[in-house]
Amino acid sequence: MWESLKEFASWFFVTGDPLIYGAMVSIALTMVAIVFVLTKYKKWGWLWREWLTTVDHKRIGIMYLIASLLMLFRGGVDALLMRVQLAFPNLEFLHSDHYNAIFTTHGTIMILFMAMPMMFGLFNMVVPLQLGARDVAYPFLNAVSFWLFMFGAMLFNLSFVIGGSPDAGWLSYPPLSQNDFSPGPGQNFWIWGIQISGIGSLATGINFIVTILKMRAPGMKLMKMPMFSWSVLSSCIMIIFAFPILTVTIALLYLDRFAGAHFFTMDGGGNPMMYLNLIWMWGHPEVYIVVVPAFGIFSEVVATFAKKKLFGYTSMVIAVMGISILSFFTWAHHFFTMGTSANVIAFFAITTMLIAIPTGVKIFNWLFTMYRGKISFKQPMMWTIAFIPCFVVGGATGVMLAVAPADYQYHNSYFLIAHFHQVLIGGVVFGYLAGIYYWWPKLFGFKLDEKLGAWGFWLWNIGFYVCFMPQYALGFMGMTRRYYTYGWDLGWEPLNLVSTVGAFLMGAGFVFQVWQITYSIKHGERDTTGDPWNGRTLEWSIPSPAPFYNFAVVPQVKELDDFWRVKEEKANGTYKEEPVHLEPIHMPKNSGLPFIMSFCWFIAGFGFVWEWTWMAAIGMVGVALVMWARSFQYDTDYYVPVDEVRRTEASLGRVY
Amino acid sequence: MANHTNHNSHAESHGSLKSYVIGFILSIVLTIIPLVLVMNPLFSKVGTIVAIMIMAVLQFVIQLFFFMHIREGEKPRWNVQTLVLGLVIVLTIVAGSIWIMAFNV
Repeated sequence: MWESLKEFASWFFVTGDPLIYGAMVSIALTMVAIVFVLTKYKKWGWLWREWLTTVDHKRIGIMYLIASLLMLFRGGVDALLMRVQLAFPNLEFLHSDHYNAIFTTHGTIMILFMAMPMMFGLFNMVVPLQLGARDVAYPFLNAVSFWLFMFGAMLFNLSFVIGGSPDAGWLSYPPLSQNDFSPGPGQNFWIWGIQISGIGSLATGINFIVTILKMRAPGMKLMKMPMFSWSVLSSCIMIIFAFPILTVTIALLYLDRFAGAHFFTMDGGGNPMMYLNLIWMWGHPEVYIVVVPAFGIFSEVVATFAKKKLFGYTSMVIAVMGISILSFFTWAHHFFTMGTSANVIAFFAITTMLIAIPTGVKIFNWLFTMYRGKISFKQPMMWTIAFIPCFVVGGATGVMLAVAPADYQYHNSYFLIAHFHQVLIGGVVFGYLAGIYYWWPKLFGFKLDEKLGAWGFWLWNIGFYVCFMPQYALGFMGMTRRYYTYGWDLGWEPLNLVSTVGAFLMGAGFVFQVWQITYSIKHGERDTTGDPWNGRTLEWSIPSPAPFYNFAVVPQVKELDDFWRVKEEKANGTYKEEPVHLEPIHMPKNSGLPFIMSFCWFIAGFGFVWEWTWMAAIGMVGVALVMWARSFQYDTDYYVPVDEVRRTEASLGRVY
Repeated sequence: MANHTNHNSHAESHGSLKSYVIGFILSIVLTIIPLVLVMNPLFSKVGTIVAIMIMAVLQFVIQLFFFMHIREGEKPRWNVQTLVLGLVIVLTIVAGSIWIMAFNV
């Protein structure tokens, strides 16, 4: 009995590496600490009522934000481990297997479990407020999306200590990801972690499209809608068309592994290149899914901090919506070297270069918005200004990569690595950070400290260039991605060392940002007006933090940047005060079902990972039961009485 | 909140049990036919592929009508726009894959 238990444990848990043992101990200690704190302060009920069962889009947004920052930490630690390993030639800090696992989890986590949830967090925190709505179109579905993401991410991260991490690259190309070369559950963790959170992403896409099309405040025509909401619409259109491709592709990969099918195998009529073809049909739109909302954020920030209307609003709308279609016509540039016909390559090279046109339009729009504006260099604006040169260089190297004959040289080299990090960090990360700094007061009621933020800003920016500029050169010097070590004779060591220093500077920047958040909780400048930045759009017209029903009175919109119009009219005395009439507010009730259903998905996913059919069956039955229960639930909403609205508003300093 | 505010207007556009059952049975039949054709080849390879594709297109149409309620809704304009975009993307995926994966043959 004891012997068989020991045997099971040695196969079930990841063993052998001191780093892993250290991580296991710290995970266990953190969990014990959380349980202890919750029990000591009797917070379990609070946690369940206020957070785990909430359908409030602002709270869901905050939970997305917390989860994504944790994932940024983990993905960042992965990156630092890799950079340490590559700092000097022939280092034996990580073994090759461990290195493979780390670059795999770094990529997957940063895109799917960091960028995506941070983006969904911003969607949730901002879009309903910007539209003058009281929640998203489907609040219950919104909670389902969040918890599916959360349990998917937890399933993926579990592979770290149980079963072993996936190690076939962030997109798990076959044949490497097939049973022959990746036996064991690691690859299945990758498939099911993404599969479960992917359902949530798809649902969020649908939810926000409906919210934007159906829930705008009266008078807000589509062409009077703020730019960030436009970018969310564009992103969600891409989500609903791209994510089903991902779901089907990795389901087929799982069938290959689990049921011995031959979709992507080397034999039996399968074709591994078909997997590349399909996964990039999702993968290319995916990078635009995450970057387009960042463009929306920059548009809001630039207009606010230059105190001018956004230059070329219409062209911006066309550019943002155009890119959502164009993104589906470029996927083959990720595998130019696979050896397809010259016509295919020419077609995809040209469509790829076309992407630069709408992007260039946007850059000029931002620059012209700043031109002759009264720019105030607050944190959101700093990140926006840092973004522009960074993204221009990243875009230019992208056009270099689009030149197919030259791509045969750059392909899979560190030139490529530097390129996509430059557009993803310079575009996505800088953009989301700008958005977080910008909307933070609306969510939490205080600003983040400027001084610590400036440290974080400069460390990130200097660190970024120190880290990635050498990698362009390393690419030209012949260093290809996924090398876990290299010899002295190659002459790569000075640039690699510089790059590692840069990575640690960025890590220090992140530490400053964490410090900034914890410091600002106590000492941050309080936002008493609800309009800390002199904003232009509706979210700034309500108190900070926003009350749970958002708007006591649904606003009547007349123009783009309607809140700015109201403020101007008030300033020059032409504003006509409309008589305010409070009405009971219709709100959705909290529900524990999204959490329970996602937990059942987690059980099912864990069963699928280990190919324990009984466990998968139990999980799926649980999912079906929750769906059944929900379809007979009629008591799902309630009305907030006028008195309570009046009291809440009065406590926030607004008298009706 | 859209699903809370208009219970009544939603109830009438949700189809009947009959239409769901018909759609379900048709979908199953259209799934079984290709399976049978692959397990017991009646046609040549090209013939089988064409048959599978025809079944797939029929299945797509059936889903649209019986489950996606393509004919219903207050503003069919959105439905048509989305459908056109969806068809463009599906066409790109299928035709693009065939073109790319033909490897110049």
